[in-house]
Amino acid sequence: MNNLKKNRLIDKSFQYFGIACTLFGLIMLAVFISKILMDGIGRIDWSFITSLPSRKPEKAGILTAWTGTAWILGLTAIISIPLGVAAGIYLEEYGKKNRLASIIEINIANLAGVPSIIYGLLGLEIFVRTLNFGGSLLAGAFTLALLILPIIIVATREALKAVPPSLREASFGMGATKWQTIWYQTLPASSGGILTGIILALSRAVGETAPLIVIGALAYVPFVAKTPLDEFTVLPMQIFNWVSRPQHGFIVNAAAAIIILLVITFILNGIAIYLRNKWQKKVNW
Amino acid sequence: MTSVRKLKENIIEAALAFSGAVTILTTIGIIWVLFSESYGFFSVVSFWDFLTDTEWTPLFTQKHYGILPLLAGTFSVTLIAIIVALPIGLTIAIYLSEYAPKGFRRSIKPALEILAAVPTVVYGFFALTVVTPFLQLFIPGLGAFNALSAGIVMGIMIIPMVSSLSEDALFAIPKTLKEASYGMGATRFQTAFKVAVPAASSGIIVSVILAIARAIGETMIVSIAAGQQPILTLDPRDAVETITAYIVQVSLGDVEHDSLEYRTIFAAGITLFIFTFILNNISFWMKKKYQEQYE
Repeated sequence: MNNLKKNRLIDKSFQYFGIACTLFGLIMLAVFISKILMDGIGRIDWSFITSLPSRKPEKAGILTAWTGTAWILGLTAIISIPLGVAAGIYLEEYGKKNRLASIIEINIANLAGVPSIIYGLLGLEIFVRTLNFGGSLLAGAFTLALLILPIIIVATREALKAVPPSLREASFGMGATKWQTIWYQTLPASSGGILTGIILALSRAVGETAPLIVIGALAYVPFVAKTPLDEFTVLPMQIFNWVSRPQHGFIVNAAAAIIILLVITFILNGIAIYLRNKWQKKVNW
Repeated sequence: MTSVRKLKENIIEAALAFSGAVTILTTIGIIWVLFSESYGFFSVVSFWDFLTDTEWTPLFTQKHYGILPLLAGTFSVTLIAIIVALPIGLTIAIYLSEYAPKGFRRSIKPALEILAAVPTVVYGFFALTVVTPFLQLFIPGLGAFNALSAGIVMGIMIIPMVSSLSEDALFAIPKTLKEASYGMGATRFQTAFKVAVPAASSGIIVSVILAIARAIGETMIVSIAAGQQPILTLDPRDAVETITAYIVQVSLGDVEHDSLEYRTIFAAGITLFIFTFILNNISFWMKKKYQEQYE
């Protein structure tokens, strides 16, 4: 009987330990976000958002950083979305059993595990040097597009997989070709899932720092980029630069810039989660 | 009419196939870039020195090219991260799959995913400005840059990875196994540790391997919080330099293209790539194997 009590006690204690562990990460996140808010929220004002970088922490702003982030977001989207969705369609709708498709599939699984800094080395040699883009927005966007391509491809495949075959069969039955079926039926039916994946992938690109450092994005850019061939900085680069400086004023700036970066990241993730829920509810095949 | 249609269909299919092939070109590009630049490096520095020299000082006048200090730095930060993430992540997985009420489970999972969505540069800030000062209260002599703080924060970051992959593995085992255990009068704790975890062990190992691969490739946390001193040490209180932090250090400086210093980042990069490639393939292979087991 004693043994039974002991077992129940262990069982119960583990339950509390489990709750504690589950909350641990979230509590750390909360501590962390409140610390950042305390450090940085007072620093955010209109001039912080509209000022160029400066050697003096109280004068420095994030204008070049957030415009750079907006550029990178747009360019990366333009490059990665058509490629990623097209590749996803090919793998799911065309290449079910052929050799190319199975090679691509194993390859994508491998690429997803390659550290982001390695993509930086690839971008440095191919885009910055061989294609001569220099440390420009274009080089950065191509590098990040390759980095997030596996995420978009996998999301597209998952979304297409969820479309029931009956929808395709009905379209074929009406005499539509394979592409007509995909373009007019399958793709619209799966657009919610694909969009969710795209947004999550772009949110990943917005937070990336390491590959951009490697391709030579600059920490100090005293002008706003006007064309895709201009040099650039992005919010994470600016944060990294400020964190690495000893003066306290720059740590405050870093915290303020982190708040802006987190707001962007959470908005993107929020949209993705919203779309996912809406899409899952609506679709009742 | 039909032949125009057919032509159009074929062109579209070719364009789609090309998009898929871009991913293969990416892999070929990565391997080609790493090998060709490393080849230039290894034609000057002997492979043996690279593997056995205990100093890494390519940026000093007295140059040494031993990768061991960078490997030691990478290893100690990764080890600390896994020591943090494995017990917590696995406990979360067991708790969520065996104990937690359904509603709690459904709301807590997206919340945990937030941890994985936070940009890594933000974790670096956290390690440097919160965790290190906090640890300094207990550990006298802990420097402003150290492996311990970077490792702990990296561990927190990869908790969701371990927990969600392990939970999937626990979820995949047949219900009958657990029901049999409960039927024998076992508690949830006994069922979890004597039946579920052993049955899902390969899936749990996969989650740990992927977490290790993620940790050794992580860059910004270590660049910000672990320091830039390539010293051969395993003491977690010391400042260390990881492979990734070294690549960042060189990229930020003015190193001439096509110099030997420039090529060191590719030699470091290929070392990193080989490690992650092996780990990813082991996990891929194990996953395939355990999926077959129950399907």
